Amino acid sequence: MIANYGYKDGAGDFFITIDTGRCDGCGACAGACPAECFEVGQDPNDPLRDEPVAIVSEAVRKSIRYACGQCKRRADHAPLPCMEACPRDAISHSW
Amino acid sequence: MLTAGVDIGAKTIKIVIVDDGEIKAKNITMSGYNLMESNAQAWADLETHYGYNTGDMDKILVTGAGRKAIKAADEVTEAVAAARGSFALCESVRTVIEVGSEEGRAIKIDEGGKVIDFAINEKCASGTGAFIEAMASVLGVPLEELGPMSLKSTSCVAIKAQCAVFAESELVTMIHSKIPKPDMARAIHDALAGRVVSMVRWVGIEQSVMLIGGVSRNIGFVKSLGQKLECEVIVPQDPEYVSAYGTALIAAGR
Amino acid sequence: MAEEFWRWTESRWTNPDLSWKDGKILTAGVDVGSVSSQAVITVDGQVYAYANTRTEPDSASSAIKAINRALEDTGGLTLANIQYTVGTGYGRVNVPFAQRAITEISCHARGANFIYGPTIRTVLDMGGQDCKAIRCDEKGKVTSFLMNDKCAAGTGRSMEIFADVLGVSINEVGELSLQVEEEPPPVSSTCVVFAKSEAIGLLRKGWPREKVLASYSSAMAHRVVSLLERIGVEKEFGITGGIAKNKGVVTRLEKELGVTALIPNYDPQIAGALGAAMIAQALAEKANSRQDSR
Repeated sequence: MIANYGYKDGAGDFFITIDTGRCDGCGACAGACPAECFEVGQDPNDPLRDEPVAIVSEAVRKSIRYACGQCKRRADHAPLPCMEACPRDAISHSW
Repeated sequence: MLTAGVDIGAKTIKIVIVDDGEIKAKNITMSGYNLMESNAQAWADLETHYGYNTGDMDKILVTGAGRKAIKAADEVTEAVAAARGSFALCESVRTVIEVGSEEGRAIKIDEGGKVIDFAINEKCASGTGAFIEAMASVLGVPLEELGPMSLKSTSCVAIKAQCAVFAESELVTMIHSKIPKPDMARAIHDALAGRVVSMVRWVGIEQSVMLIGGVSRNIGFVKSLGQKLECEVIVPQDPEYVSAYGTALIAAGR
Repeated sequence: MAEEFWRWTESRWTNPDLSWKDGKILTAGVDVGSVSSQAVITVDGQVYAYANTRTEPDSASSAIKAINRALEDTGGLTLANIQYTVGTGYGRVNVPFAQRAITEISCHARGANFIYGPTIRTVLDMGGQDCKAIRCDEKGKVTSFLMNDKCAAGTGRSMEIFADVLGVSINEVGELSLQVEEEPPPVSSTCVVFAKSEAIGLLRKGWPREKVLASYSSAMAHRVVSLLERIGVEKEFGITGGIAKNKGVVTRLEKELGVTALIPNYDPQIAGALGAAMIAQALAEKANSRQDSR
């Protein structure tokens, strides 16, 4: 399942995409994110899935653009910690 | 040298006339539906009160959301105008927050008053004066009473929605749950402050912090903002004129 | 008393071809949304009764109101006869009589699969305060989704606001928006609050109501299309949620996508509750088989 978490508002489209087919719930993303954007647990959108999965935390989902600001606005354009940490390339960003 | 700064906002048009850096005249008029007409009216009022007209000016510079509508020859961006005006009032200012009727911005300036970073919201009512107006209307409280009312709040309730339209629904639910009006008033200011602070964090909070724009007159909002920023917020006298003032200074090459 | 233009008609329905008394498994799905609430009762996997009501200020009352409405005209059916209830929607955790709460993404996919048949692959749900784009397989299992519930633009609530400001009943806005000779440019403001001011300005300029409605419907369709294109549109395509009943938005959407939406065989607003009832059926069967094997 391609799960897109985020929103579209007047400023644009801001979504973090998690490919739950690749994700195995290892939690590396949650550990790497300085803004606590990720959580690992039961898949809220697949009632039949037993394996844990990463989701974007409800606390930041609707302000994800600002939550990701500290990583995305770095002057050195370093790669995003969440994507670097994920061993299965399950995470992508729409902006 | 006599210069004028005209700030054409969504709700009001502000004109400030400056001579050698000193404010000689100022005027505020409703923008209404026809900006060209309102602009002419603003100048007419100015002439009646102070005797100045456009012909007296060595230079007129325009800023604000409506600057394109009056086909002005010379214009300056809102961020630059706000920065210049704020810095002229207080040279320790490093973060300028402007909340107008339909836009909000956060500007970072250096020790020379130059703009080094900014964040704008001009697409979304949330984070602007329009948010408070809509909420005040739902609550049935006149806009100018909302601020003082919120200061009487005894308990904290939160409006969770980001969007002004959804916040309205939440407010209706609160009204049904008989939440006291001062607490709801406070929730409204907290919500607006929250949206504004997200923008300020984007440029980074660095003291001194100055708040300008018409919404600064709302003491409830100023309090909520200060609490969320966790620092003192300077609100100048006549906060809605600061951008027009800055524009007039820039016109004079100052 | 001022007419409430935004107030759409509540409704209910009982299947004339079914009798609940012969059913083996009776289940219910309740979808408590921020604007509307639906309850669907199924008998052995068939839709038996449903109701579509306005959400009350609290979720529990809304759920009870919806299920009671659905239970009317059912020849004595009560909650006691219903074996398993699943709650969904924004108020799902507050459905007092539900055995389980499941998020609306999976319920909508299942519901659409029933309403449109197993060929459905892309579902657009335009709810009261959100907009969802869902891709699913032939069993109604979600393969991809995207939800926007931050911004009112492109949601049912925005259309209610426009109905109100233009003084047109919400049941008629769709048809009225199609009564323009030439399609006007879409409103320039994305934000509903600013778009509303823009609409008032247009009315002042002399624009007739249908032209303003057309302008807004066009902007809404365009916005929703951009969300859909993010997950890709695969045929067959179907629309659920209240806005599915707005011909003005649906027509413009289809035109921009180049795809025709399937015609539903049930009220598309019940998709969430229906899917929930179907999942309840599956869970009830699972529970029963565990019981039987003891």
